Amino acid sequence: MDLLDNLALGFSTALLVQNVVYCFVGVLLGTAVGVLPGIGPTATVAMLLPITFSFEPVTALIMLAGIYYGAQYGGSTTAILINLPGESSAAVTALDGHEMARQGRAGAALATAAVGSFVAGTVATVVLAVAAPPLARVALRFGPAEYFSLVLFGLIVSIALARGTALKALAMIMLGVLFGTVGQDIYTGTPRFVFGRRELYGGIDFVSVAVGMFGVAEILRNLENERARAAIVGRVSNLWPTREDRRRIVGPILRGTGLGAALGVLPGGGHVLASFTSYAVEKRISKRGQEFGHGAIEGVAGPESANNAAAQTSFIPLLTLGLPAHPVMALMVGAFIVHGITPGPNVIVDEPALFWGLIASMWIGNVLLVLLNLPLIGIWVRMLRIPYQVLFPMIILFASIGTYSLGFNAYDVYAIVFFGLLGYVLIKCGCEPAPLLLGFVLGPLLEENLRRALIISRGDASVFLTRPISAVLLVLAVAALVVAVLPAIRRRREVVFTEEE
Amino acid sequence: MERRRSLPDILAGGVFVLIGGAFVAGSLGYELGTPLRMGPGAFPLLVGAIVAALGLAVVVKGLVAGEVVAFGPVPWRAVTVIVLAILFFGFTVRGLGFIPASAVTALLTTLASRRVRPLTAVAVTAGLTAAGTLIFVVGLQLRIPLWGPWLGF
Repeated sequence: MDLLDNLALGFSTALLVQNVVYCFVGVLLGTAVGVLPGIGPTATVAMLLPITFSFEPVTALIMLAGIYYGAQYGGSTTAILINLPGESSAAVTALDGHEMARQGRAGAALATAAVGSFVAGTVATVVLAVAAPPLARVALRFGPAEYFSLVLFGLIVSIALARGTALKALAMIMLGVLFGTVGQDIYTGTPRFVFGRRELYGGIDFVSVAVGMFGVAEILRNLENERARAAIVGRVSNLWPTREDRRRIVGPILRGTGLGAALGVLPGGGHVLASFTSYAVEKRISKRGQEFGHGAIEGVAGPESANNAAAQTSFIPLLTLGLPAHPVMALMVGAFIVHGITPGPNVIVDEPALFWGLIASMWIGNVLLVLLNLPLIGIWVRMLRIPYQVLFPMIILFASIGTYSLGFNAYDVYAIVFFGLLGYVLIKCGCEPAPLLLGFVLGPLLEENLRRALIISRGDASVFLTRPISAVLLVLAVAALVVAVLPAIRRRREVVFTEEE
Repeated sequence: MERRRSLPDILAGGVFVLIGGAFVAGSLGYELGTPLRMGPGAFPLLVGAIVAALGLAVVVKGLVAGEVVAFGPVPWRAVTVIVLAILFFGFTVRGLGFIPASAVTALLTTLASRRVRPLTAVAVTAGLTAAGTLIFVVGLQLRIPLWGPWLGF
């Protein structure tokens, strides 16, 4: 009955008026920004993050989670209506969803996405509530050696799911870790790589890295060849799926939910894998396999559910281990830290109201998402007509203001330029920005635990192999590395990613 | 297997080698310490060396079996203007105040697109400055003066 008590505590927190209001505002803002073409959930959360810093921690995190689902759903809307997915997981939805829109069935596709997301969100929230506490209890026994190995494992697994070669992904991760060392050293207070500037003593702000890499770099990419976007946004009518549609989406939604809930826990992009896997599964088992790619409603229902379930369960490693499984979760780590909370197993013990409140608010957020999106679809359609010439100055300006407002530090703004240019060059050279962000957020954890473990073991590096959990994690990390570079699997990844193009 | 040389691969590798190397050089200036008590320089030295080594591997791979074929066009005008706009904001927001800094940044940024007309640019600038002021200063109570001390009033 522990679970029920905890959920009661969660709902009593999440249903406080200000929390519901900000959850609603978060979902609304997240959808509004997420709908804008070419802006994925990561960019949306990075841009809206500074807004939440002035609230109470619980409220801020609830709002942030709301922004995340909103952005995810908004991204699917864009993918369906104008075939411009903001993120790789929405790219799967675009395959059949956009085809449905062209056949005049945009309403049914959007409703299917909303219903699928809701079912998946509800189930995955329960999974999260059941699975998180026992995992957190295990994690509480972790010492620095285990943590070091765990972080290393998480970083290496994230390669397996990045696009491009494993070598470049690995280099991007380590580059992120390297940038994480800028600023005062935690043990000695020595300022490192600060060029004598006091403004850099606090390190590089991760918001600058995220905004530069995901916002500025992406805008430059889009400005490479400016064409008028062929937006065939007609009127969206017939929102409700027909009886035949309803019958066809039940199976895909349930299977997608299961797949997504399981794969979302994986570090490094389980939600992308979940959407692709769900699409492949539905295509294989459907009796109408040839309809896929030509507007099969199963091809929207499955991946959308998988995507949303994975979005929820990717909170599990964050809340229990303090490990972000996804770039958005990396931003959440930053948000926790801004509010003076170290994400990890201690959250559930020290801040039960926050922990359970956040979980309960996820479900509330999903309800709000359905209530909000079905009536407001007309507004989102209109937002799609905002021309890019208005959009990108808005992103640049708001990103500059938001980043400056973090600490009234002009160097945070300069850092956007640096990471924007670096990100642009590296993305053009076939490197993905997400691993760098993960490395940047996890780097300081890696260093701290490495040094602490060595102090405890009196400088004996074998401690990482003699402690069983740590040894297992390191073996898994090596295995993941081998798998990532193995040619056979690389080819399969290429197949998956070319299907997406 | 045929040799495919890839300039973007070599460039990416070069960036990794350069940054990794710079951090290695920098960390040699800090105390390295012993394994028992690692100094501030030890971890960056290790990671910097790894980045540089991976960068070298990317370069070698780019020479033998490259991956990315074309680097593609670079929108030089957009790059220059956006960089200037953001730097301008960081440099002047304290001195000029929120409204002038935002307006100039917005105006510069709109010029990044080759398809923008002057009238549109001015309209977008005015709209965004007003929206930014409403959202951040009025709505979120951001404590930045609207007009800064450089303007003399």
